[in-house]
Amino acid sequence: MATTTEPVTLPQLSNDEIARYSRHLILPEVGMEGQQKLKAAKVLCVGTGGLGSPLAFYLAAAGIGTLGLVDFDVVDSSNLQRQIIHSTKDVGRPKIDSAAEKLTALNPFMKIVKHETMLTSQNALQIIRDYDIVADGTDNFPTRYLVNDACVLTGKPNAYGSIFRFEGQASVFATEQGPCYRCLYPEPPPPGLVPSCAEGGVLGILPGLVGIIQATEVIKFILGKGEPLIGRLLLVNALDMRFRELKLRKNPDCPVCGTHPTLTQLIDYQQFCGIVPEQKAATMQNGIPQMSVKELKRRLDAGDDLFILDVREPFEYQIAQIGGHLIPLNDLPKRMNELNTAQEIVVQCKSGGRSQRAAEFLAKNGFEKLHNLAGGILAWSSEIDPKVPKY
Amino acid sequence: MTIEIPTPLRVYTANQSAVAVDAATISEAVSALLTRYPEFKKHLYTPDGKLRSFVNLYLNDEDVRYLPQREESSVRPSDTLSIIPSIAGGD
Repeated sequence: MATTTEPVTLPQLSNDEIARYSRHLILPEVGMEGQQKLKAAKVLCVGTGGLGSPLAFYLAAAGIGTLGLVDFDVVDSSNLQRQIIHSTKDVGRPKIDSAAEKLTALNPFMKIVKHETMLTSQNALQIIRDYDIVADGTDNFPTRYLVNDACVLTGKPNAYGSIFRFEGQASVFATEQGPCYRCLYPEPPPPGLVPSCAEGGVLGILPGLVGIIQATEVIKFILGKGEPLIGRLLLVNALDMRFRELKLRKNPDCPVCGTHPTLTQLIDYQQFCGIVPEQKAATMQNGIPQMSVKELKRRLDAGDDLFILDVREPFEYQIAQIGGHLIPLNDLPKRMNELNTAQEIVVQCKSGGRSQRAAEFLAKNGFEKLHNLAGGILAWSSEIDPKVPKY
Repeated sequence: MTIEIPTPLRVYTANQSAVAVDAATISEAVSALLTRYPEFKKHLYTPDGKLRSFVNLYLNDEDVRYLPQREESSVRPSDTLSIIPSIAGGD
């Protein structure tokens, strides 16, 4: 924060920039001074995926002066259903390079700073310190809490957005007077309870809607105009096209932003979220033996009497299946009686997450001869039978 | 009153997006929900009966934690109780 009493000198705009931003300059809410503020601003975009794509694009279009990008991932074809900053020719390429290239093409006046790394407790404070505001476009709970805590500790607002299937949330956290993410959710859900986009699916347009809301909040913050989503949780339901707003309060007892904070440095967020580090080729998880696809193939070829229980949805079964008996996960409680406790059951899903939950559920209900197919049908396609489509 | 169930939690309510219950207070409404869908209790409540803090309850647009009577606040038939879970997707 500036401590000088002299007015901050805002950067000048060239004639090219004036031409480019003319539609902003003639808006009373922006004007020349507003556009100069945008040029002076430094924004950190954490993630260049679903939320990050529209976020970064519109910040570039708006004339943000410096945009930091954090991403360590590589473009996959399944990203292209929603991560519109990447193209088909970028598949296999680091997302950060793909994103930077498109952003520079849109706005060569913007300076891009690449942070090709995972955001961790070791680097988050140093990275975030250099920016004025952070836009969180990450996709997992540990990083959400990390970004929140780092923003509170460094005094940087966090334009938050998150999505699940066709519902989204947006707010602005970590301002001095407003709540932080922990004020809303002091505790993360147990691992596996809320599926990721890879497991639960996501309507492609959804991160577009929510990412733009985040970009809007970043721009409003920089301009100092409009009503920010501070103390407000915006809920979006894309299927119903309904927008609702809930009131958020700052929790005086919040361990990070409350009146007597107990958390004054970053913690182990994986541990906080109950995520146990994966051992190489884990043979057991939460009491359920893990079976590799190679092992399944070997045993089927040997004629072993294995019952494959497929817990995916019917539409997934239509795309690809390996001959399992289909009982969708949600139907398992009432259709358990279709299963035989005397039989050895291999539970299978798309990538091993839902099948693990199903196996744990069955174990609690008297089934003892259970295996989880580690890696699911995707692993089967990769390692055993490439003719099985990946989706 | 109506209890709105968000997508990630519909697995516990046989995919219903909203559940109608008769209740005079928030805690009565929640009890009615849990009686009808016992799976909720295991995943959303601690063993000593507190709502786990990755889920928030809202009466209309107010967080129940901050209402003067909290869960004992009275409710009208036209009120909506919303269960708002944390979601993290973004990629």
